[in-house]
Amino acid sequence: MTQLRADRPVRLGCVLVSPNPQPAVEVSGLVKRYGSKTAVDGLDLVQQPGTVLALLGPNGAGKTTTVEICEGFRSADAGSVRVLGLEAGSEALRPRIGVMPQGGGGYPGIRAEEMLNLVAACAANPLDPKWLIEVLGLGGAVRTPYKRLSGGQQQRLSLACALIGRPELVFLDEPTAGMDPQARRLVWDLVGALREDGVAVLLTTHLMDEAEALADDVVIIDEGRVVAQGSPAELTANRADDQQLRFRARPGLDTSLLSAALPEGLKVREATRGGYVVEGLIDPQVVSTVTSWCAQQGVLAEELTVAKRSLEDVFLELTGRELRS
Amino acid sequence: MTTFAPGTFKPAPGRGSLPRMLFVHARTEAMLTLRNGEQILLTVIIPLALLVALSVMSVIPMPEPRVGSATARIFALAIISSAFTGQAIALGFDRRYGVLKRLSASALPRWLLVAGRVCGALVVVALQIVLLAVTALILGWRFPLSGLPWVVLLIILGTLTFGALGVLLGGALRAEIVLALANIIWFVLLMVGGVALSVPVGFVHLLPSAALAQALETSVVHGTAPGVGPVAVLVAWGVVAGALATRTTRLT
Repeated sequence: MTQLRADRPVRLGCVLVSPNPQPAVEVSGLVKRYGSKTAVDGLDLVQQPGTVLALLGPNGAGKTTTVEICEGFRSADAGSVRVLGLEAGSEALRPRIGVMPQGGGGYPGIRAEEMLNLVAACAANPLDPKWLIEVLGLGGAVRTPYKRLSGGQQQRLSLACALIGRPELVFLDEPTAGMDPQARRLVWDLVGALREDGVAVLLTTHLMDEAEALADDVVIIDEGRVVAQGSPAELTANRADDQQLRFRARPGLDTSLLSAALPEGLKVREATRGGYVVEGLIDPQVVSTVTSWCAQQGVLAEELTVAKRSLEDVFLELTGRELRS
Repeated sequence: MTTFAPGTFKPAPGRGSLPRMLFVHARTEAMLTLRNGEQILLTVIIPLALLVALSVMSVIPMPEPRVGSATARIFALAIISSAFTGQAIALGFDRRYGVLKRLSASALPRWLLVAGRVCGALVVVALQIVLLAVTALILGWRFPLSGLPWVVLLIILGTLTFGALGVLLGGALRAEIVLALANIIWFVLLMVGGVALSVPVGFVHLLPSAALAQALETSVVHGTAPGVGPVAVLVAWGVVAGALATRTTRLT
């Protein structure tokens, strides 16, 4: 960063870059209740312009409610939501944002290209609809009525509708739900390209790999509250002793001997059938202890890996491992 | 991996021109209606068949010339079919498929979302009326041209009033319930609501269907201005339905 100092003359260009650019999204103290249920409970988040922010959380965590308040579909019960510096839901905001609602949306009888042309007509400088249709792999379904498109195709059309107007900020609510792996990969590439071109993307997901692969910042929410936030790296590697050694071997081995042989503070468990995990500070000595224990047991440790904990581990730790209704 | 040239998605936001948005939205609405087989049956085939039947058969007592009176009543039916029943059903299913939410997330202003549907409905009604009028002329209808401005005004007023009633029904309930109710109400209005024949019961005159049929009959058959009563009834229904619909219509 260039430092301006009074004792040295500095030639200033005609473009002034504000040191504190306006956030793309700024939510503070957001509360939303549905009857007696509090869906969003004092949520704060800030998204910097041109970045990708993933709102990660289990089903019912309040992700969609939060996004729909930002998009202007719902009103907040308390708190403030500013999008691109404007009050959420203001008319002036809508041409500047792109929205992909959960589950898409289209006239039941409309064809993909007609739907995209209609949304393109609402924008001053739209992308070429024909090109976007091809990019999203909908070229083979241009004459299919919307209601006969597969869930993944409807999602892709909805994504096209969100991007067609060249927005500054895009909201994607579970963008890859119902998509096959190829389409998912395409969406990831698109989000990457948007980010490269300076478009801010706020997406919701309950897929850890998606958040890890795409996001500059991850906000983990649960029961309407932020439980953790930071970059994927910060969230997964914030403690040095928080590593894992994983290996596969015959199921049902007695791990008590291994426990005894390992240094203090390390924990061993059979996390899945035949899948063993050692957690703590993993050093070469630990690896050696594990392999010699396996040799004593007469088993071969397969797929032995040392890794920092994944976002999934962080997520499950914070939001609990039990399945909720 | 799919790669995109740098700058492909460089932001260039902005709202499209209002006339173009209105044109494309109205055209889409009209096109989707005309493409829908069930809508064509309801809005074109049934009214045409009834026009022919009422004109050539004397099952229902009707003032002579039969074809003039039949034409006026079938104009009213066509408007009810399209603006009320057709609009309600389309809106019910459009909501189910999330299109209102999709469009209201675009730069399309809310008022234009309504205006586009109204214009689309007017286009469809205009096509229906032209088709029915040509058929009526072939059947021997003689239209007193002095009634033309009144007929045009009544068609627009009728479309707006029944359109508002259609939105009131289609915007609030589940799609299947809308489908059933919109068809039942259509049938009831046709039979006993003062459309197919004048029902000499006091309160029927207060129905928008009877008011529209009666007003159109005056202008289509006699070429004169409709009575104040039927027009007032139509306006009142339209205003009340429109005001209610703005409160009850849901996007999904």
